[in-house]
Amino acid sequence: MATTSQAAERAARDPFSLYEVQSAFDEMFRGPGRPRSHYRPLYSRLLSLRPDELRRSKQEADLSFFNQGITFAVYGRSEGTERIFPHDLLPRIISSAEWETIERGLTQRITALNLFLKDVYHERRILHDGIIPGEIIYTCRHFRRQMRGVKIPRDVYVSVCGTDLIRLPDGKFVVLEDNLRVPSGVSYMLTSRKVMKQTFPLLFRKCGVRPIEHYSQALLSTLRSLAPEGRTSPTIVLLTPGVYNSAYFEHTYLARQMGIELVEGRDLVVHDNYVYMRTTSGLQRIDVIYRRVDDDFLDPLAFRPDSGLGAPGLFNAYRAGNVVLANALGNGVADDKAIYAYVPAIIRYYLGEDPILDNVETLLMIDDVQRQHVCDNLDKFVVKAVGESGGYGMLIGPHSTSEQRARFRERILADPRNYIAQPTLTLSTAPCFIDDEHIEPRHVDLRPYVLYGDKVTIVPGGLTRVALRKGSLVVNSSQGGGSKDTWVLQS
Amino acid sequence: MLSRVADSLYWMSRYFERADHCARVLDANYSLMLNPFKSSRELRWQRIMSSLGVTAEVDSSDPQTGTVRLIGEARLLSSIIGCVTSARENASQVREQISSEMWERLNQLYHEMIQPSQQHNGDSDPLRLINVFREGTYRFQGVTDSTMNHGEGWHFIQVGKYIERASGLSGLLDAQFSMSAGADDLDWVTLLTSCSAFEAYCKVYTADLKPSAVAEFLLLNPDFPYTVRYSVEQMHNALRVLAGISSARKTSTIERLIGKLQSSLAYTQIDEIMMRDLHPFLAGIIEQCHRLHAAMHEVYIEYPIESVFEA
Repeated sequence: MATTSQAAERAARDPFSLYEVQSAFDEMFRGPGRPRSHYRPLYSRLLSLRPDELRRSKQEADLSFFNQGITFAVYGRSEGTERIFPHDLLPRIISSAEWETIERGLTQRITALNLFLKDVYHERRILHDGIIPGEIIYTCRHFRRQMRGVKIPRDVYVSVCGTDLIRLPDGKFVVLEDNLRVPSGVSYMLTSRKVMKQTFPLLFRKCGVRPIEHYSQALLSTLRSLAPEGRTSPTIVLLTPGVYNSAYFEHTYLARQMGIELVEGRDLVVHDNYVYMRTTSGLQRIDVIYRRVDDDFLDPLAFRPDSGLGAPGLFNAYRAGNVVLANALGNGVADDKAIYAYVPAIIRYYLGEDPILDNVETLLMIDDVQRQHVCDNLDKFVVKAVGESGGYGMLIGPHSTSEQRARFRERILADPRNYIAQPTLTLSTAPCFIDDEHIEPRHVDLRPYVLYGDKVTIVPGGLTRVALRKGSLVVNSSQGGGSKDTWVLQS
Repeated sequence: MLSRVADSLYWMSRYFERADHCARVLDANYSLMLNPFKSSRELRWQRIMSSLGVTAEVDSSDPQTGTVRLIGEARLLSSIIGCVTSARENASQVREQISSEMWERLNQLYHEMIQPSQQHNGDSDPLRLINVFREGTYRFQGVTDSTMNHGEGWHFIQVGKYIERASGLSGLLDAQFSMSAGADDLDWVTLLTSCSAFEAYCKVYTADLKPSAVAEFLLLNPDFPYTVRYSVEQMHNALRVLAGISSARKTSTIERLIGKLQSSLAYTQIDEIMMRDLHPFLAGIIEQCHRLHAAMHEVYIEYPIESVFEA
């Protein structure tokens, strides 16, 4: 009697009693009760904690997020609606060897993509050599004809990039998506680290977690290295669409961390191809704009005429080389989901190397054979619209109804350039503290942030996004995803 | 500092002061209007609306209805709640520029005031919401002064607050004195109470309520915070600091306007003003505040681009 109740108690106290390692690669366990070596300190710490201690830690972490104002605005609700960013208490841990590969792979990729962008907007060698069909470039919605022949400082198009990686069942990291336009989320990486340091201080030291706190300085020096020639103490600003943008918190956070002015389009004045901001002491010339406004909205004279978020004349000033935009305009041509399929070829073409990080197998719907194959087997594929992000415009074949598949088949046939298909992938799982009760596996991805100015800087870590709904593979925050702190360990 | 930021801070502060002024006036007058003489009650109500400049907007000859509307009707831009909403909107544009304590207080106050349970339901005391507001005001003013850097932004907040106070007080005095026929001691006490000045007045003049003494105190006293002269002097100080910070801007118009306004209050005696009638003097102050606002706007906020490149 006593022994059974003890056993029951132990089971209730074992936070891993509901943890099932399935077909996905599990970040923590190689088998039931057998943690990987770099997860062992966390594992033994979790076993030594009572459930209520974990719960208390979770509450403290929540409160800390709330007090720091780490919230995001929710669209379509009455004003002032803000939620804290959903986060999970347990860190995702990456060993130093794994990180070393990721770092080399990302450096290789950003280098090649920059060379590609320069080529696309200048000589177009890659098209002439038949590596990529010109048609796919010119039909890309984010290709900017206006950028042809525009000289960019240091030829750096992508200075801030957030690359989405996933880990396949065989344990290999692969690239799911490049975000080369206006990647966001880095403030969650930085603030959740701060919270985690308060929550698990001892564990931090024990594991030897590499720091990421220098991200803001690295970003600032990246931006500074891009300043127009002869501007020795350049004025750098962050351009935000304004308070109603969902990432406004991040914009204020980064501006404050870097000590630069947070401006909106209405603060800017362009005169004689120079950009100024209107201050109480008069106009002040701006040299570098870290812009968090999409291409289309930057300049109503060059792009969308109905935009009030940019500044009229900004593009001409940019083309004249008097102001630098980071990221450059027209980068969307390199993170288009169809052009993504060519990135391995791009890497081989410009660098003469094999890609260190593989792509996910991608079928192009403009290709007759591939399209036929996908349309015949739609229930086995994930179909994505090339221009959408945030998990929208997607068909997840195995979870779809026959009507949904019929609708997607029609759309694909009507506009093949707009769709790609990928096999259904099983993202790796990592332990999450669920319902304040148990630790269960949930699917995760990883978005490290890459900075490229006079050199490549990747702070060791990134944003681990987690699909908090059981079984879900969608990690986007707009669809019930959350985040985790990411620990990269010292070697 | 970005012009847009300065402008938002200035307006946040002005709207807050406007709400505060409205709350003081309604608070002081409400009890007075409870007395049974219908005619004097309506006359007083007219005076209040005229002093706040809301006669057309409130559109009610009944003091009870009108007071309730002026306190809590969100659709009225001049209501207390309307002004708090505008102040909060301006603050939200510059959240990273004000201290987080300021934002929290303002936000908390706003949410307390818009709660449905706070809305007037017929027989509840309309002053309850005023009390919620006034408590919130003191807290907001307190954290503003103690948690925000007293730099350029804070000085724009000062200018906004005192320009609003100077014109609000002038409007109040003007309405009171131009409709003072049949006014009794109670009216003068109420006027002083509207400015939280009754006790301060008594310390200077004893409880002997003479209209000219009341006018002298509220207009010319340099030490009490709810007087026109005090407000103008605070404005002058803040504007001087701002001119020093933005030395590249041509501030001579502002300096001339504020200097003139201040000396007209510092070097005039109440007998001279009363002899020539108070109304033109008070209307003059309001007019000069308007001009100061316009001059500031042109120097710091919306200056024409050509003016910069010519220089």
